[in-house]
Order: sequence, then C-alpha cells, then structure tokens
Amino acid sequence: MESRSFYNEILTEHNLRPEYKHDLPDANIVLEGVNPNCGDDIFLKLKVENDVIEDGAFVGDGCAISQASADIMLGMIVGKTKEEALKLGDMFLRMIQGEATDEEIDQLEEASALKDIAHMPARVKCAVLGWHTLDEAFKKAKENSAS
Amino acid sequence: MTASDYRKDFPLLQNEDTIYIDNAATAQRPQAVLDAVKVFYETENANPLRGFYPLSLKATESCENARATVRDFIHAASKKEIIFTRNTTEGLNLVAYSYGLSHLKAGDEIAVTIMEHHSNLLPWQMVSRQTGAALKFMECEPDGTLTDETIQTVINEKTKLVAVAQVSNVLGCVNPIEKIVARAHEVGAVVVMDGAQSVPHMPVDVQKLDVDFMAFSGHKLMGPMGIGVLYGKKALLEEMPPFLTGGEMIDSVTREGAVFAELPYKFEAGTVNAAGAAGLAAAIDYLNQVGFDFIQKQELALTQRAMEGLAKVPHVHVMGSENPENHTGIVSFTIEGVHPHDVSEVLASDGIDVRAGHHCAQPLLTYLGIHSSTRASFMFYNTLDEVDAFIKSVASIRRRMGYGE
Repeated sequence: MESRSFYNEILTEHNLRPEYKHDLPDANIVLEGVNPNCGDDIFLKLKVENDVIEDGAFVGDGCAISQASADIMLGMIVGKTKEEALKLGDMFLRMIQGEATDEEIDQLEEASALKDIAHMPARVKCAVLGWHTLDEAFKKAKENSAS
Repeated sequence: MTASDYRKDFPLLQNEDTIYIDNAATAQRPQAVLDAVKVFYETENANPLRGFYPLSLKATESCENARATVRDFIHAASKKEIIFTRNTTEGLNLVAYSYGLSHLKAGDEIAVTIMEHHSNLLPWQMVSRQTGAALKFMECEPDGTLTDETIQTVINEKTKLVAVAQVSNVLGCVNPIEKIVARAHEVGAVVVMDGAQSVPHMPVDVQKLDVDFMAFSGHKLMGPMGIGVLYGKKALLEEMPPFLTGGEMIDSVTREGAVFAELPYKFEAGTVNAAGAAGLAAAIDYLNQVGFDFIQKQELALTQRAMEGLAKVPHVHVMGSENPENHTGIVSFTIEGVHPHDVSEVLASDGIDVRAGHHCAQPLLTYLGIHSSTRASFMFYNTLDEVDAFIKSVASIRRRMGYGE
C-alpha cells in the first residue's frame, strides 16, 4: 500500500518549478553551499544594498528537499533586511530541531512545509543547506568589508 | 526450500516490517550466527593464543576452527594464508601498506579498474603518492565489460600490481579475473582482488583464480560486523613486512627489536575478534547449508523480475548489463528528474530499504556521466513479492514528486 510521503505539494512545486533558480548577474554576494555526503550543491546569489536584500537567486543541483528549501527561502527573504532574514533563518533551524513555537512556525509561511524533517535526521542537512549558506554568506561579507 | 522458509532463520526479517533490499551494503544475520557469537562469549571467552589454561585453549581452538572453515570456503591451500581483519577495507590497506610500499617504486605502474569501490582505490592512490608509482585505469564499456584490449594495454611490462573487484558494487558485473590474472602474471605483476561483493554470492576458489591476494568482509556474508578476511599466497605473505605491530604478532621482543610470529599471526597484531571469527564460521556453515545452487538461482530470479519490472516503468534507467545474469543481484538505476535521495526517501516511506548516492564508487559514476544513483541489491532470502512491491513503489515516484501521470 502506498503511504503518504513527506513530499507535499509545496515542496514538489518549488522543486519542479522554482521561482528563484536562475543566475543573478548583478549579485554582490555569492557563496557556494555543499553537502559533501549527498552531493547537494548550490550557489546562493544575493544583491544587498544598505543591508536590504534587494534581489536573490540560486543555481545548483541536489535533491528536491535542498532545492525546494532554497527556493522557498529566497521567496521569504527577498525584500527583507539582513537582520530579518537571519532571524527567519534562526527560526527555521529551531523548527527543524523541533524547538520552534507554533507562532514561529506560522511566521515561516511556506517554509513550515519542511517541519516534519525534524523526524528525518538523514535529510536535515538538505533542508538547511540554503539557510546555512545564507548565514555563511553574510558572515563572509562582513569579514570582507572589515578587512 | 523456498526463500520464505529461509526467512524464518533471520530474527530481523521476522521482527521488522520492512523490505530489506540493501544487501550489498550489509546482509542480515541468521539466528545461527547470533548464537555462535553468544556461545563464544558464554562458554569459550578468553584471550586466544596466549593463555595456557583450558578456557584460553578453547578460545584458540574456536578461532582456528573458524580459520579452517574460511580456508575450505575459499579453497585456500593453507590456514596460514587466512588472515583475520576487520573488513575488506582493512585487508586491502594491509596489502597496500605492507606489500605496496615495500615493493613499488617510481617508474612502476599500478593498474586498477574504473569501477573499484573507494576501498580498492584510495589505498593505491596512497601507494602511488608515496612510492612514485603511476596509477593507471582500466576503463569499462557502459555495461561494465572490460575488453581484452583494455586488459592487454593497461596491464603492461611496467605494471607491478593490479587491483580489481570480482564483482562491481554498482553494476554487479563479474569481471574477467582469469584473463586479468593471466595478463598480470605474464608481466610479473601481482593481483589484489576485492571479493566483498562476490564471495557471498558465488563459489570463489582462490587457487583456481590464481589471485595473489583477496579480501572480503564477514558482514556482507551474514556474519558479524567487524570481522573480515585477507587471503594471500604464503610465499608473498612470508616476505612481507608486518602491517601493524604490537601484541600477539611476535615470537620474542628485545629492547631493540623483535622476531615476528609465523603466518598468519604476523599480520594479526592485537587481540583478534575471536567471537566475530566464530560468527563468520557460522555464517559460512549456514551459507553452505543453503548452498550456492539455491542462492544463485533465487538471486537471479529476483534480479530478472526487478529488471523486467523496471524496464516497464517510463523514465527509469537501469545501469550496467542488459543481462540479469551479469548483475549478481545488484540493480542500480536512475529516474529522470528525481534525485536518488528523493527516490530512496519515497521508497523508505513505503517500507523499502535501498541505497542512494555514489555507492563509494565516485570515479565510476563520473565516468558514466551520472552524479548518483539508487541501488537495490538482493539476497536469497528476498522474495518475488518484495520485488513486486519495490517495482510498484518505483512506478509511483514521479507522480508523487509532482510530475503528471
């Protein structure tokens, strides 16, 4: 008998018809994120002016979870400030660890479609790849501007 | 007897409601193996080879009986040629560190096939880096075939060592070991065979194959994890330096040096996994009881059913030979537009256990132009019903991933 799989419509839609999976020539922050174990590989591209994410995109390969999660993330962070984006990232990570409140999960909108991944330890890395790369990208950008 | 009869011997298959078709990664264990390990610890446990009291002699005897069982199973000439290791990887590393580093030099060549598991590739990359010997690849046809021409050209007068798997863990194809050995010996090279995927599924006779070294793991053969075997020809093992040094591998030690123990103990430093050896012997006894006639017949029937089924599913591509007989129960496949990790996730949600990824054979997948794949691998205790459930689940995947019917 066919059981209900983890792949709901939100995930499959973002995987098959991503809105933000394309090049972004005028990006000023670009960072590669890799999961060496499974080969998920994305390049996150952001155009950030005065700490506001004016535009964003990603290119890469990987499983549906990593690709859909990155696409959902970009939909949520474009137009937001760096601060707001990182706050969402923090909430997302806590949701994956099963520590977010219902209210926080509501704030995560479509990203909450990945809530159940808390029960799939092998796939957590796929879900957080985009968010993790976002965090790293801002850290790198800060280091570069400081030096 | 049928597969269903044998399933009763496997507690996990009775306890878990799962379709386990990841046998190339590790097999399940029959009760007889679990009992053998328990019996060792409950009635024979002492440090083998060292004590003079009855219990230690019993432990030693258990270990040596296991060694004899392995010798007979792979048709080695002597018990001295059977070295207990942790697994295939350790056996191959033993040959690389001991034989490889002491026998190869700049100007020499090491020949490996493109389809080697990383455990039969990385040790030779290490030997190549440390000695300056060049690493050369025998590339296969898309179906896994190594042509005579490839064997004749890549193995040449400079070749000193050839490393080859008898069965590929991705394609399941059986490599022409006799031809490779003939060519290698013609040019004076030794052959190191990875038997991890072959020894559990077909009769292997190391003397008939005339390979110089052969490694396999106990756990893929229904034995315990953490016990494996390295076979080596006595004449070669005798003149090789030890791999690991320390306890239980010496005759005498002075402040400055040591006289190493005779074979096989020279290569078994530290306390050996005696309970594991007892379990491995029980696994071999069990396997012999089932018999390779049944094993090969059943595994071929399962492979045939799986390949026929997958051939009918649109967008699914099976890797390797079109002939099920050249798959050794291993069926790797890709589904257009669906990442193998998602394939295995959907299968898992239907209670089906398969492997997804690069299968520790990245150079092969890169060579075939595939990033990763999904692998089903069968054992004689799998049933045709299980294969049918697997095919049904595979056929549903694209729809469940959002593609139209």
